[in-house]
Amino acid sequence: MLYIDNILFAIILIAGIGFFAQNVKKLKRNINLGRDVNRTDNSSARWKNMTMIALGQSKMVKRPIAAFLHLIVYVGFIIINLEVLEIIIDGLFGTHRVFSKMGSFYGFLIGSFEVLAVLVLVAVAAFWIRRNVLSIGRFRSADLNGAPKKDANTILYFEVVLMSLFLIMNAFDLHFQDMNSGNIISQFLAPSPDTFSLEAVTIIERTAWWLHIVGILIFLNYLYYSKHLHILLAFPNTYFADLNAKGKFDNLESVTKEVKLMMDPNADPFAAQPVEENAVPSKFGASDVQDLNWVQLLNAYTCTECGRCTSSCPANQTGKKLSPRKIMMDTRDRLEEVGKNIDANKGVFVPDGKSLLNDYITTEELWACTSCNACVEECPVNISPLSIIMDMRRYLVMEQSAAPQSLNAMMTNIENNGAPWQYNQMDRLNWKDEN
Amino acid sequence: MSEVLNVPTMAEMMAQGKQPEVLFWVGCAGSFDDRAKKITKAFVRILNRANVEFAVLGTEESCTGDPAKRAGNEFLFQMQAMMNIEVLNAYEAKKIVTACPHCFNTLKNEYPELGGTYEVVHHTEFLKQLLDSGRLTIEGGQFKGKKITFHDPCYLGRANNVYEAPRDLIQKLDAELVEMKRSRANGLCCGAGGAQMFKEPENGNKDINVERTEDALETKAEIIAAGCPFCNTMMTDGVKAKEQEGNVKVMDVAELIANAQDL
Repeated sequence: MLYIDNILFAIILIAGIGFFAQNVKKLKRNINLGRDVNRTDNSSARWKNMTMIALGQSKMVKRPIAAFLHLIVYVGFIIINLEVLEIIIDGLFGTHRVFSKMGSFYGFLIGSFEVLAVLVLVAVAAFWIRRNVLSIGRFRSADLNGAPKKDANTILYFEVVLMSLFLIMNAFDLHFQDMNSGNIISQFLAPSPDTFSLEAVTIIERTAWWLHIVGILIFLNYLYYSKHLHILLAFPNTYFADLNAKGKFDNLESVTKEVKLMMDPNADPFAAQPVEENAVPSKFGASDVQDLNWVQLLNAYTCTECGRCTSSCPANQTGKKLSPRKIMMDTRDRLEEVGKNIDANKGVFVPDGKSLLNDYITTEELWACTSCNACVEECPVNISPLSIIMDMRRYLVMEQSAAPQSLNAMMTNIENNGAPWQYNQMDRLNWKDEN
Repeated sequence: MSEVLNVPTMAEMMAQGKQPEVLFWVGCAGSFDDRAKKITKAFVRILNRANVEFAVLGTEESCTGDPAKRAGNEFLFQMQAMMNIEVLNAYEAKKIVTACPHCFNTLKNEYPELGGTYEVVHHTEFLKQLLDSGRLTIEGGQFKGKKITFHDPCYLGRANNVYEAPRDLIQKLDAELVEMKRSRANGLCCGAGGAQMFKEPENGNKDINVERTEDALETKAEIIAAGCPFCNTMMTDGVKAKEQEGNVKVMDVAELIANAQDL
């Protein structure tokens, strides 16, 4: 029975990582439900974006307080997790603090982890206050009512628990305390022999150690169900983000073909079109998640619901229903629903009579957008809510002819006389001679 | 006052076997909107003064398709684009200048894939080029020492990262350039983009142009400078809504320069 701990540890570790791998597979499957779009060009610019924006947090600094607090948690989390490596080795091989042989360098490492853990606790407390006590518009918004607000707080509680367990684990580790190197914080939490028996100390230390690693595995598996997925997806998301000038909206290729045919004087309008094999009849624009491209779906999973986009949106600021954050949250919720539908129907999507348009996103939201790109500019991980809004407008106009009346009038004018107003094209140069 | 503006068309140029230095894309607002026509003329006066050999398409120009595209009508956009590209390519246009950031963005970014590749500059960039090459001199004139704030058009600023050219020009007027609390990449939209110009806003508690005008009024500027005919309309309406039209004027950067030179 000597190896029971090691075996138990291995089972938990494999289960935790295995379950996570399953979720990653599902995530990839769902993202690939989107249309294809090529984002492999210009890899040097893409690496640079990822390094600067995801790794270097360059777009966070726009809001310095949040950026500073976020940086602490970000750095703290990455660095403290180096400790996980030691825990895994110890757990699998029954060693205890296997890296402590490094001596004073080990002390330096653990010491800095302890300091960071305390800083993370402080930052998380500040985050909690910002989210639940202060009235910061983007956290008070109705977008977050219910599950999203609970999710955000759950993440904070997770971090408090994990950091506390890390400190308790160190404090009750007599071997570590005896080294007296690196216990910068935990020495103050260490038990005095008068109040704790040696047995109690060992039990507390072991419990904290086990809960710490189990907690990390649970947190890892919570990611898929949480906005916290951004800690992983921010990297591919910034890599695959649109590199063009923000004003450039894509030209629909399917439309180009038809327009060219229409304008070709030699084309025979009655000739049968060559039918491509397996050609799916093309749909213009997007009414559901499968009509969006995979980068837009990746965007939806990456969104951490910080609300910078919504707080900078001119429509939202002036009381309109549009909230770019909600566009992203709706897209993810619908995508999850479609994913579950596929899971429940042996890998095939069975139409459920619902769609992203209308059931999640209303036309009132879509028509309120000024296409000003403030949301895109603001997003710390280069998400584009605007591209989804535009694709949905395309569906409304080209598939349903459901534009507001005044826009239909504008478009009729462009068609008839080459201007959005009712002026004759022959009068275009009249200004020259007017006074 | 009968004023003689020299505005040759591409057709006339071609008949003379000439290729202009730059094609001035006037745009729908610049051609038809009473307020925007003044901007067009101001820009032409500067071009005439600087002896720039330019030409317009005149009656051969048509909407770039921008409002159709942003409203979701990709068909109409591409029809407009391809017709315009056919005309532009027939005249072998190389360089295009326009005073409308929407035309600017569409011509610059969305036409190349459809077969129309040109060097496209906004009129503030073009004026800056004239200034830098010594073909245009700007003196402060009536604007010396006046407080001027610049409203960044979304399709010039965030969309295409042009922030400095209009500001450099305003500073050449010896004016005091004051920034709004939201400017450059953080600039707030005037409310006209994305085809909003042509429809009523959705229900809300405020109009976007009023929100933006309040930013501008906060700076205590006497002039709100714009670089877009639509922003110009929205800000002018905003100033009226705040009953400040007696104190604050909304002017295009080209008008500032033309007026400073008494053109």
